[in-house]
Amino acid sequence: MLEWLDPLILARWQFGLTTLYHFLFVPLTIGMAFLVAILQSAWVYTGKVQWLHLTRLFGKIFLINFAIGVVTGITQEFQFGMNWSDYSRFVGDVFGAPLAMEGLFAFFLEATFIGVWIFGWDKLSPKVHLASIWLTSLSTLLSAYFILAANAWMQNPVGYEINAETGRAQLNDIAAVLANPIALASFPHTFFASVMFAGTAIVAVAAYHLSKGQYGDTMRVALKFGAVANIAAFAGVALSGDSLSLAMVEAQPMKMAAAEALYETSTNASFSIFSWGTPDGLNEIFSIRIPGLLSFLSTHTMTGEVEGLNDLQAQYVAQFGAGDYMPIIWLTYWSFRWMIGLGGFALLVSIVGLWMTRGGRDVKGWAWKVAMWTAPVPMVASLIGWIFAEMGRQPWLVFGLMKTEDGVSPLVTGLEVLISLVAFTLVYGALAVIEFRLIMKAVTTGPEEWASITDETAAQPNSLATVY
Amino acid sequence: MDLSYLWFGIVGFFFIGYFILDGFDFGVGMSLPFVARNNEERRVVINTIGPVWDLNETWVIVGGASLFAAFPMWYATLFSGFYLALLLILISLILRGVSFEYRHQGKGAKWTGLFDTFIIIGSVVPALLWGVAFANIIQGVPIDENGNFTGSLLTLLNPYGLLGGVVTLALFFMHGLIYLALKSEGEIRDRARSLAVTVGLVAVPVGGGWLLWTVLQHASVSHVLVIVAFALLTALALVAAILLTRSGADGKAFAAMAMTIAFAVLTILSALFPNVMPSSTDAAYSLTIENASSSTYTLTVMTWVAAFALPIVLAYQAWTFWIFRKRVTVASIPVSAH
Repeated sequence: MLEWLDPLILARWQFGLTTLYHFLFVPLTIGMAFLVAILQSAWVYTGKVQWLHLTRLFGKIFLINFAIGVVTGITQEFQFGMNWSDYSRFVGDVFGAPLAMEGLFAFFLEATFIGVWIFGWDKLSPKVHLASIWLTSLSTLLSAYFILAANAWMQNPVGYEINAETGRAQLNDIAAVLANPIALASFPHTFFASVMFAGTAIVAVAAYHLSKGQYGDTMRVALKFGAVANIAAFAGVALSGDSLSLAMVEAQPMKMAAAEALYETSTNASFSIFSWGTPDGLNEIFSIRIPGLLSFLSTHTMTGEVEGLNDLQAQYVAQFGAGDYMPIIWLTYWSFRWMIGLGGFALLVSIVGLWMTRGGRDVKGWAWKVAMWTAPVPMVASLIGWIFAEMGRQPWLVFGLMKTEDGVSPLVTGLEVLISLVAFTLVYGALAVIEFRLIMKAVTTGPEEWASITDETAAQPNSLATVY
Repeated sequence: MDLSYLWFGIVGFFFIGYFILDGFDFGVGMSLPFVARNNEERRVVINTIGPVWDLNETWVIVGGASLFAAFPMWYATLFSGFYLALLLILISLILRGVSFEYRHQGKGAKWTGLFDTFIIIGSVVPALLWGVAFANIIQGVPIDENGNFTGSLLTLLNPYGLLGGVVTLALFFMHGLIYLALKSEGEIRDRARSLAVTVGLVAVPVGGGWLLWTVLQHASVSHVLVIVAFALLTALALVAAILLTRSGADGKAFAAMAMTIAFAVLTILSALFPNVMPSSTDAAYSLTIENASSSTYTLTVMTWVAAFALPIVLAYQAWTFWIFRKRVTVASIPVSAH
């Protein structure tokens, strides 16, 4: 009975869905905590109440988003053991350490000071209260670092040996695990991408109110703040993306070849912005190409050699035995392009928007609309980036050490995984609807709730009290 | 000394912390229909844990991660084996967590009522299932030679396991009511106190029976006297908590109840020792502290991390509880807020 329920396929879908869903909330948490901390610093050090209004408004959006990010994070922590118990056994000695460090250094800090920040407005001095949001921001960065170090180990295992007796990976150099080149590059990449998302979200909120002609002074400030944050963060995304590419070519050349669907090893390899043809890349009908760019991304020289899929496949067969070592090429090819393209689009909107609104100029309705609809673009780019990073790792679970099919829990039944997949889908789906409505409500209401707080009354802590 | 034994203690410490802290969150959640008569009172009840529920819940995340780092075999067997029970706990914690944030954001009583229901269910289910899970861990479950659990959800629903669930349900309920009495005033405090005593009178025979059963199950192990000592201390602390609640010494009653939970976990840990997950299939397949733990190198690294981080964590968490030490009243909740 129920043999058609393949626990492996279901467990993979479940991990993919729950992780991408979790990551809907993560970038806004990381990016917004940082930007809200800056907004609140501006309030504390200038005493101008518009900064307080913005802190409270974006703080509220941050908190609606934060709660769901926390609770969906518990699922992440549990499902390694639930669905991937053989993986957990094989890597636990190495992989568990950064996870436990994340808990001890980041999660406790985050959970404690977010509570202090929400409920401490009227109980702490302004500077101590400000410190609580900076500590929250710090905790999101620490959390990102440790979890990316854990993920980097799956992409590029370092600092371990295989125990001859148990056949399991065993940690022998924690510094190597924490200084994994993939982690060092993916951490700033993730952080700056998160700030981009928070920046475009702030721009979108400002654009909404400016298009309605309300809260003009405050929202002009927000518009500039968000756009500048977005532009600055894009620079960080681009630079860290470049170092991530280089590290990836070293650790996982197959992933880079799959990003371009480059079948034959080439020097002076071009990068196609767009191509039309059969997805296997064998029969190309039309493409727009930038000569030498793939070589440049891979080696920082226009003529560098980039290994092709076929050579790598042959090399892996020789090294690991017969099998298909290529990821799904159309998925890696297109996800790589959409990630970069969407990020670039968000940058363009910010630059053009800043120029159009310079000196307080008003713009037409369509321009505000573009700014509003750009809000989710960097988030979608981040999600697609993760699809590229993780699908590009396939068929490996831990690159070169363990295949995905070997990591699944051996005795958990397809039915059990199906039940949990359905349960998560239903609960997460319902929460997404509520979440979206609440955020839209907070956005459209704007800073009205705190409009009664003026420069004078803001000094009285009671007017700032928060409760559930 | 082998570091794996130290980590058995550290993981135990995380679970003691988790059950003491999130335990009262569960109890406060369960108390909603009994001690609060209207929305203002329900808000008071929820705001007693408002600033701290998230950090309390984090103890289970850190506990789980420490289990993964220090005892990967235990983590893998437990989490894949108790699959559906953990799924229920997860869904409950998710619904409870978002409900605190969502309940005040809608317009009508229907919206608020829905999320209050989630808070209650999200408190009852984990309070019950943690007991079921831990009782089964010490009783032993079918584990094969590869360390995989071969039972199902029904395997866990045996009389001893279910009784364990009722015990944690009653203890956490009582713990939450005592916490509420400590953090509230007037009618809410009175209702919480009298209900805590009533629940206590149920908890004594149920808890006592389960402790006795546990001791009898382990009558032949060499350190049975340690188990007996912790079981007796659990019972004593529980009785003290009831008496102190009756006399209105809220703070002391809360301390006694925290001790009850700590001793109950110590009873469980001593009954487990030196196993971490005994196999009912064949004792040779049991996961033990030594065969389920990480390498000495990993445990050494993690020991340094814990020695550095834990004192800081405990200091700032204590500071937080100090900041929010005041009792919460209807008057302290501004009408305009939300």
